[in-house]
Amino acid sequence: MDFTPHTPEEVQAMLAELGLSDLRQLFADLPQEILEPQLRLPEPLGEQEALSLLRSLAAKNASAEKSFLGGAVRPHFIPSVVPALMSRGEFLTAYTPYQPEVSQGVLQAIFEYQTMIAELTGLDVSNASLYDGASALAEGVLLALRQTRRMAVVVSQGVHPEYRQVLATYLHAVGAELRTIELAGGLTAPAEFDETVGAVVLQNPNFLGAIENPSSWIAAAHASGALVVYVTDPLSLALLKPPGAWGADVAVGDGQPLGNPMNFGGPQFGYIAVRDKLLRQLPGRLVSETRDVDGRRGYVLALAAREQHIRRAKAKSNITTNSQLSALMAAVYLAALGPQGLADVAAAAVAKAHALAAQLASLPGLELVTPRPFFNEFTLRLPAPAAVVRAQLAKRGLQAATPVPEEYGDNLALFSATERHSDDDLRSLLDGIKEVLA
Amino acid sequence: MKGDFPTLFERSRSGRRGTRPPSVGDVDLAAMLGADNMRSEPARLPELDELSVVRHYTNLSRRQVGVDTSFYPLGSCTMKYNPRASEAAAALFTELHPYQDPESVQGALQIIYELQEYLAEITGMDAVTLQPAAGAHGELTGMMLIRAYHESRGEGEQRRVVLVPDSAHGSNPASSMMAGFVVREIPSGADGEVDLNELRAALGPEVAAIMLTNPNTLGLFERKILELIDAAHQQGVQLYYDGANLNAIMGWARPGDMGFDVIHLNLHKTFSTPHGGGGPGSGPVGAKAHLAPFLPVPTVKREGERYLFDYDRPQTIGRMRSFYGNFGVMVRAYTYIRMLGAAGLKRSSALAVLNANYLRKKLKDAGYIIPHDRLCKHEFVAQPPAGLHALDVAKALLDYGYHPPTIYFPLIVKEALMIEPTETESQETLDEYVTVMAEIARRGQEDPDWISHTPYSTPVRRLDEVSANRHPRLRWKPEE
Amino acid sequence: MNIPEDRRYSKTHEWVKLEGDVATVGISDFAQESLGDVVYVELPESGRQVAAGEAVAVIESVKTASDVYAPLAGEVVEVNESLADEPELVNGDPYGGGWLFRLRVSRPAEFESLLDASAYAKVIEEEE
Repeated sequence: MDFTPHTPEEVQAMLAELGLSDLRQLFADLPQEILEPQLRLPEPLGEQEALSLLRSLAAKNASAEKSFLGGAVRPHFIPSVVPALMSRGEFLTAYTPYQPEVSQGVLQAIFEYQTMIAELTGLDVSNASLYDGASALAEGVLLALRQTRRMAVVVSQGVHPEYRQVLATYLHAVGAELRTIELAGGLTAPAEFDETVGAVVLQNPNFLGAIENPSSWIAAAHASGALVVYVTDPLSLALLKPPGAWGADVAVGDGQPLGNPMNFGGPQFGYIAVRDKLLRQLPGRLVSETRDVDGRRGYVLALAAREQHIRRAKAKSNITTNSQLSALMAAVYLAALGPQGLADVAAAAVAKAHALAAQLASLPGLELVTPRPFFNEFTLRLPAPAAVVRAQLAKRGLQAATPVPEEYGDNLALFSATERHSDDDLRSLLDGIKEVLA
Repeated sequence: MKGDFPTLFERSRSGRRGTRPPSVGDVDLAAMLGADNMRSEPARLPELDELSVVRHYTNLSRRQVGVDTSFYPLGSCTMKYNPRASEAAAALFTELHPYQDPESVQGALQIIYELQEYLAEITGMDAVTLQPAAGAHGELTGMMLIRAYHESRGEGEQRRVVLVPDSAHGSNPASSMMAGFVVREIPSGADGEVDLNELRAALGPEVAAIMLTNPNTLGLFERKILELIDAAHQQGVQLYYDGANLNAIMGWARPGDMGFDVIHLNLHKTFSTPHGGGGPGSGPVGAKAHLAPFLPVPTVKREGERYLFDYDRPQTIGRMRSFYGNFGVMVRAYTYIRMLGAAGLKRSSALAVLNANYLRKKLKDAGYIIPHDRLCKHEFVAQPPAGLHALDVAKALLDYGYHPPTIYFPLIVKEALMIEPTETESQETLDEYVTVMAEIARRGQEDPDWISHTPYSTPVRRLDEVSANRHPRLRWKPEE
Repeated sequence: MNIPEDRRYSKTHEWVKLEGDVATVGISDFAQESLGDVVYVELPESGRQVAAGEAVAVIESVKTASDVYAPLAGEVVEVNESLADEPELVNGDPYGGGWLFRLRVSRPAEFESLLDASAYAKVIEEEE
């Protein structure tokens, strides 16, 4: 099936208007030797058959709604108002708000999102969103290099390994140098930076889950003239001191914990917030408040001259489409929860994670590797490879023990908990791990 | 001022609560997190009851148009109907974690694998990655593949120039720059197509690639494409296909068969996943065999009846995004392709082209200027009748309930109105649109004052963009 | 169109006023008119060495970004800080308060090779 309204008579009438009689004639200017390939695709399906097929594919997946897997994606509860409002067709089926008079819905929602991200991070300005946490980190670092006109980057090993991989890909392309400082005892080791370093990157809480004290890194970075890019889970900012208060210049991270489903890792959105002085280096869309000719308040895309459709090869970034709908979900989520609700979610996640850590670490052969304090993720050393344990748990319907890459040590697994887990869920995991390791 | 639509922050009342998460009782957070690490005061988020949240966003949505509300012929954006079946399908796959045991996500991996295969088949490419999160992200990925390919042949230092036509999407030069290239523009000929002689003259040992979209941004198919690609290949130059305009030729011709080496697609255009007011999209990249070793990891492969992640690419450019890309968008595109099949894709492109040509003819009859008045593909560029500006025509359309075309693009046509009706619009919609466009032209010419002050009936009227850019207000702050 | 005769011009619409070996650079009335409302000016850093013809500043309007080229080689010794808050000076007073930057020029004699007011008027005529 397709979604075209044309009746056969209409097709003929429209062709006749053009002096044509056959749809093929519309492709007369293509090279005839490559015209009309026979595409080998499955036969078309009606909606009912298609959805039945998709349901059968969905049945081959185990739900991770109660998973204890961590690593920047977690199963938080999403209030019903979030999907209900985001699925309104006006939001769902709009393009980028190029015509502000009929796009105030999306524009104001972005403006409010920018405000909430700025508040959470303790920085001055947020853009409208980026693809994900990893590409947001890459953009944040490129921004810092443009500002400092330097070409070296120092990153803590505490930054999510996939984020560091994406950063390496982006930096290789522009010929910048990436240096990594290893963790010591699960925390970022003290470091000094020379005057080639334009960006210093750390993650807090770090990849293994530990809460870092970033003061000395930030002081050292600023002493050498580098900017600090601070990776953080936005939910943690409900309780933890924000990047702006620590003195960071750029905050980035993945917005999934704020009202977005896990979606097998995407879509989510990346956020980026900066100090005012970096505004002109910020990539992506920005929305500003203004007034219309009658004096009414309205919102427009601003500072577009930074962007690719105007600046072309000299743009600050090539980004165009970002993750607007995912960011809208975060905005609705934050509005629905409010400051107290968000703090309650974070506190519940922390409490559950700490309870889980205490229970798991008490099992023989399991060792808590993450130093305290930690937030809602932590790392355990297992007596067997994590991938094996994860597979064994999965056979019991439990999704847990994210394998931590070997660079951090052998047999390490990441765990997390959220407000969505009941005490029974924690007990099931404990029993499952006892069985698997028996 | 009075009558302004309130922000969330203005609706906020101290102490008001919306959604209440489960209570955890008394927990000593300072002990668990370290007192020095705690936030000293809560983030100033709005405090609202749930009904206020629902009303706020519902009423905001009424200040917004989309494909669901209006004809939306925004050139190069392929604003076609987004089937609700695709939304229903995607909702079946939200509770999956990217680090689950691969054996527990075989259905998801099968979708990724099969979508890779379908897109390779539709485009005539040998291998596909679904990792890029949007079109421009795909462009960057594709250009990095080309860079890695030249590096592998010892020509990385030498081939640093990318040729881009002056009619190209702005993301093309921006992506080339981010991939470490230098961009050189090549002028279009009088016929709106790439000037083959200019292109030949620009080719040389320093050129790494040419980025093209075909049909181009004027909606014209580059008729000399085979010759052009042959000339480039003879000089060791790689051909990049910007798939933003693929909706014109699905099932009719494949970029791979034309000779393109690498391509990106926009699933949120061609394969009808909703654009969401600016994403999330998905920008898969297809490559010919000689570029496949450089694709980002992981891709998904099949072994017997099992699907697994394939990280085994020693020459990979690396990772472009965390996890595997925008999987939820992939599910929608997969559902779309399964519903349409080869025949439906081909018919959709044909009717997209039919609608564009029909509208081109009718608008010409209505007095609009068609600078390149020949068979177009899925879109075309028009100019307003004498004395009128594209901006004013666009603003007047808002009063008639239409979303305007793309304006002032491509840059090579003055006062450009770039119109892409898509295949999901009916003949009567196009006819009504033409009637309105004719009315706007007539009234605008008779009454310049009227048109220069349109729109009159929208939630807000023309906005002061100059002050928003000189003194941007990028976050809400209480009145001082 | 206002083209003062006390200074020289480039084909790319910059004006230059030379005092000793220090050249003040701005854009012409014609240039500011065709750019429209200037919303932001990106200026070079003081101390930067620039070649003649090198892009050294960017002037942004709402929908465009245009490079400004150094008409003469030299070292940037001062930039117009007031443009940060008042970019509209480029529109309102292009030959005065809307100046962009000052160069200590390497070869002041090259000033004579730039266009005088009447030659620049011809350049504009051809563009219109």
